Amino acid sequence: MNAKDWIVPLAILAAAAVLAPLPLVAGSYWMALLVNVLMYAVLATAWALFSGPTHYVSLATAAFFGLGAYTMAFLGEKLPLALVYPVAALIGAVIATIVGLSTLRLSGVYFVIFTFGLAELVRQLVTWAEAKYGGTVGRFVFIDVTQQGIYWMLLGVLVLVLLTGFLIQRSRLGWALKAIGEDETVARHAGIDTTVAKVAVFVISATFMTVVGAIMAPRWTYIDPSIAFNPIISFQVLIMALLGGAARLYGPILGVVPLATLFEILQANFPNSFSILLGLAFLVIVYFVPSGIVGLIDQGRDVLGRAGRRRAHPAE
Amino acid sequence: MFLVDVILSGLILGGIYALIAMGLSLQYGVARIMNLAYGEFTIAASFLAYVMFTVAGVSPILALAVAMPLSFALNWAVYRVLMTPLVRRAKSPGALEVDSILATFGLLFVVQGILLMIFGGSYVSYSYLAVPVQIIGSTVALNRLLAAGLAVAIALALTLFLMRTRIGTAIRAVSVNPAAAPLVGIDTTAYAAFAFGLGGALVAASGVLVSMFFTFNAAMGVVFTMKALIVVIMGGVGNIFGALVAGLILGLAEALTAAFLDGGLTLAVNFALFLGILLIRPTGLFGKAAR
Repeated sequence: MNAKDWIVPLAILAAAAVLAPLPLVAGSYWMALLVNVLMYAVLATAWALFSGPTHYVSLATAAFFGLGAYTMAFLGEKLPLALVYPVAALIGAVIATIVGLSTLRLSGVYFVIFTFGLAELVRQLVTWAEAKYGGTVGRFVFIDVTQQGIYWMLLGVLVLVLLTGFLIQRSRLGWALKAIGEDETVARHAGIDTTVAKVAVFVISATFMTVVGAIMAPRWTYIDPSIAFNPIISFQVLIMALLGGAARLYGPILGVVPLATLFEILQANFPNSFSILLGLAFLVIVYFVPSGIVGLIDQGRDVLGRAGRRRAHPAE
Repeated sequence: MFLVDVILSGLILGGIYALIAMGLSLQYGVARIMNLAYGEFTIAASFLAYVMFTVAGVSPILALAVAMPLSFALNWAVYRVLMTPLVRRAKSPGALEVDSILATFGLLFVVQGILLMIFGGSYVSYSYLAVPVQIIGSTVALNRLLAAGLAVAIALALTLFLMRTRIGTAIRAVSVNPAAAPLVGIDTTAYAAFAFGLGGALVAASGVLVSMFFTFNAAMGVVFTMKALIVVIMGGVGNIFGALVAGLILGLAEALTAAFLDGGLTLAVNFALFLGILLIRPTGLFGKAAR
């Protein structure tokens, strides 16, 4: 790596260093908002690791998130806390490998609906198993992790997922994914092992989602399948990543910050018309910001660049 | 006989599922719009039938005659106003898919929000023809039987329309190849809008029929969207016959699971069946090979 290549990782670490002391000054309302934003930032960035370059739209986010939350609910009081997170990551990785290998032949809308069906299947199975063997639908999570602790863990995971994304983009794997997104058949003929590339990144992305679920579980103190496997999570992650722009590493975060804040404000101030306003916000995004905030920034840069050139060559 | 009971109720349920899915199959197969707000229109039609029955005493059969044209016009307008700009700007079928999923997801919340504002979140139902009838030694509620019969009749009429008329042929042409259809003088946009509206008429029909025997509330649209999506994908996108078979399979599986396994597992079995079929046949039971 030459000097220029260090800019991105250093910028990520510097941003994290600026954000790290926030819990020391923020009140509990702001902490709740910050934790929410960070949670979606990790989820959306992890989602875009796989779905950004490959254009495979996954709705399985809630499945892995819920898996993590339930790992914490089951093991949180039986294992030392520091051990639960790696166990959750391992479970997420194993399940993601199985899912990744079995969905290889699906593409387009079939993949979208398959991943959605998968999340629902897991939710139904957990609901059924809890009702039958647990005796209750939900369970309590009494694990002593403070709001600050959750914030710092999420921030750490966010740094990790950004660095991972950076490394993937620079590697052969990153190019392989881009080629798959452009044209999978061509990619295969160019000698790319598309199976390995897709499954590898799908597993990485899903592992991060599972860990986020495990981190977030103690915050609720009570979870049931409809909270942990809420399909709205999958959709919100999708819309946030797309609003920001899934093609860039920092893109999804640009979508998460305004949307997570907007949802919070709408829910607090207009609880009765929340869903209408949410729907209208979606429509506005789709029609007026089609290529995401990243696209707007690129456009702006183009315009500025052209203006700059014109000034430099007034004769043209 | 117990087994006859189970199979009969499974077939009735399956017939309704098939009808719910056929509208979506038209909207997605011909107009290429993955309509996630689909189930909200089902519930809206259910509420229309409920209001007409409880307030004015109008029978749900007559409500069909109101709901279907109304929903046709509404869906036609949705396609013309909301979807046409997306179709125009889409560079590839994949881009249109993502755009339409996002736009109709927004629409889902708007329609659901309006329904919640008018009717609140409580469950409603009404009693229409809730009398038992005997068939092959098994007892079925007359309203369920009527709903299934009407579903079959509407499905048959749709199939005949698509197979035997000029307009139906044009719709199928757009579905098979939207790029080549204009070459033989078919106005693709107009027919896509028509097919989208027709899908809307079918969704209204299924909503009215379901309301005759089902307890529903304003937040339940997603359930119907999911059922319809599963049936459409399982049968093969754009394949009306596939939707019928897949609907019946799901209905039967649900009834059999509830009878012999565990009532709490019906949805899980549905999804497992759906995932299993996709794993063996990645484009559904009757789908064409990869696009």
